[in-house]
Amino acid sequence: MADVPTLELHNINKSFGPVHVLHDVDFEAHAGEVTALVGDNGAGKSTLVKCISGTYSIDSGEYLFEGKKVHVHSPRDASALGIEIVYQDLALCDNLDIVENMFLGRERTKGLVLDESSMEQAAQETLSSLAVRTVRSVRQRVASLSGGQRQTVAIAKAVLWNSKVVVLDEPTAALGVAQTAQVLSLVRRLADRGLAVVLISHNMNDVLEVADRIAVLHLGQMAAQVARKDTNQQMLVELITTGRQGVDGPAAAPSANEVTA
Amino acid sequence: MTSLSKPSSPTDEHTSDTPDDADAVAVASTAPVSGGIVRYTRTYLQRVRGGDMGSLPAATGLVILIILFSIVQETFAGLYNFGNLLTEGAGPILLAMGLVFVLLLGEIDLSAGYAAGVCAAVMVRLTSGYGSPWPVSIGAAIVTGVIIGFVIGWLRAKVRIPSFVVTLAFFLAFQGVMLYIVNNGKGQHGDIGMTDKVQLAFENSQMPVWMGWAFGIVFVAGYAVAKVLGRISRMRQKLAAEPLSVIAVKVGALAIGVLLAVYALNKNRALHTKPILTNVNGKLQFVKPPAVQGVPWVVLVIAGFFVLWTFLLARTRYGRHVYAVGGNEEAARRAGIPVDRIRISVFVLCSGMAAVGGIMIGSNVSSVSVANYGGNTLLLAVGAAVIGGTSLFGGKGKMIDALVGGAVVEVIQNGMSDLVKGTNSSAVQYVITGLVLLLAAAVDALSRRRAGASGLG
Repeated sequence: MADVPTLELHNINKSFGPVHVLHDVDFEAHAGEVTALVGDNGAGKSTLVKCISGTYSIDSGEYLFEGKKVHVHSPRDASALGIEIVYQDLALCDNLDIVENMFLGRERTKGLVLDESSMEQAAQETLSSLAVRTVRSVRQRVASLSGGQRQTVAIAKAVLWNSKVVVLDEPTAALGVAQTAQVLSLVRRLADRGLAVVLISHNMNDVLEVADRIAVLHLGQMAAQVARKDTNQQMLVELITTGRQGVDGPAAAPSANEVTA
Repeated sequence: MTSLSKPSSPTDEHTSDTPDDADAVAVASTAPVSGGIVRYTRTYLQRVRGGDMGSLPAATGLVILIILFSIVQETFAGLYNFGNLLTEGAGPILLAMGLVFVLLLGEIDLSAGYAAGVCAAVMVRLTSGYGSPWPVSIGAAIVTGVIIGFVIGWLRAKVRIPSFVVTLAFFLAFQGVMLYIVNNGKGQHGDIGMTDKVQLAFENSQMPVWMGWAFGIVFVAGYAVAKVLGRISRMRQKLAAEPLSVIAVKVGALAIGVLLAVYALNKNRALHTKPILTNVNGKLQFVKPPAVQGVPWVVLVIAGFFVLWTFLLARTRYGRHVYAVGGNEEAARRAGIPVDRIRISVFVLCSGMAAVGGIMIGSNVSSVSVANYGGNTLLLAVGAAVIGGTSLFGGKGKMIDALVGGAVVEVIQNGMSDLVKGTNSSAVQYVITGLVLLLAAAVDALSRRRAGASGLG
């Protein structure tokens, strides 16, 4: 896909008082690709995501969406562009069911009355279009769902709203092996549908399994943005911990514990 | 809520591939389940076992209490007392309806009792003192309630003072405000008699017999139409719809209940029916005392608000947002719901309903004085909502809880009042009411724990 990136950031700077968190960060996410954003704790991943989502406004730098310069000052600006953030602590209401959660804040109505049937229908269609088979009824309360199912619902919400960019913040952090596999395959399907997916993860296995492109943040600077095929676990770990590729370079022999997709 | 249900997640995953998965899903479902009445009943029972009991404990308790009091106290089950229960219970029930909104957000309004008093005092001061026509004074009372609610809500949402503290402060302050209004201005002071016919009529007059029937039939028919329309809408989208047999049973049960009540209220329930020797234009004559029959007007007020608020909570975007903010405030905020505005609005609704309840309390005793709004007024209303099944922790509750819980509280108050004779009668009454509230709160807490484990939230 040699086109314009859906989301493009140039020379982003962000400080909190004297603390300079992001230094001239460049980042891009392409439609149809999973871009992983990795980095150690405190590298600035969350800050970058909050800049993308409009929770924080950037101090300087360019924010381009589909090649056009835009100003994103609030989460509403971001969602108006079609950028959806799926947070780690899942923004779902336990006391509401799946349909109610997926349409929360954007309910369909007929006059004054909620149009329940049409919302249920649409939620059902979205889930089946994503080949989600783990959720049996869209009228289940979210409280009755497992962690993986909740994550699925949160992700499907982004699809329902025809988002162009979906940012997933540690979607597999609290999940077991089988659930992680389900969520990762869902992430893949999102990209295959032509969305630009940004995956933030600590888990190298997940990243290497599903990402097309990997961006590494180190101490607030973009250490590298590399294609999946040009990298391996050892290289990534080195980038994350030191911000540089080791003296051995990418040609180093694959380590014993490397897991490839 | 999140923290409670999270530990259950792993177990859910295990059950999700077992053969009885369909049933488990049906139990956790908020929408009608397809299949016949047998499946429906089975699902309902499972849901109850899972801890999602709604008003069931309260309804069961109500039936037991009614049977109990009917046996031990001969005057309890009489027609006269039935009318009495409705008119006495109206005030607390209307207050409880407002409190349901506040409780749904996990908030509390301790000032609702005296807010009701302030509003009623405004009304009665205007009519009895300054001769305002009844629509003006009732309007003024409700506007007063709305303003009070707005101030409380604003202090909670914008200044971020916990609602317990804000409303505790207003509980004290409103007592003073009410005292001031009843002791100053034109007209009577202290205990202000209600003079306006319409204001007195709410609790002291009845609909004509035909109107009671018409009202009952319209109520049941409305319920039936809503159910059938809901079914048609779901069928059109090829979604699982409530089976006709279940709708028939529900409508039938409601029809029997409502029409029996109307029938009972339409009979003459006056305590004295024999002619009494009376002075008529200077001549002594035997005159039959006036018949007391018909549905009290206040029932129309309760039914009207009940339908309105049920619709608002269950069928509109606003209602959905109230549940969302009560369930997970952060999620609601991220979904773009104006959380602060919702929070202010529930206090406005609560104090507005307090005004309505306050007017009815005044109408019931034909006067407004501080004594009738202090004491237990507020706590009984909160108790009513909680006994009915509304959670104190937010996110769970329905308007019907105020009705069922209010009925339980009223039946205890009324049934106990003459049960224990002598000096300790009110002592016993307080203890029993307290214990019932404790029981209800225990059911709430235990069912939450259970619901957490079975994923019913």
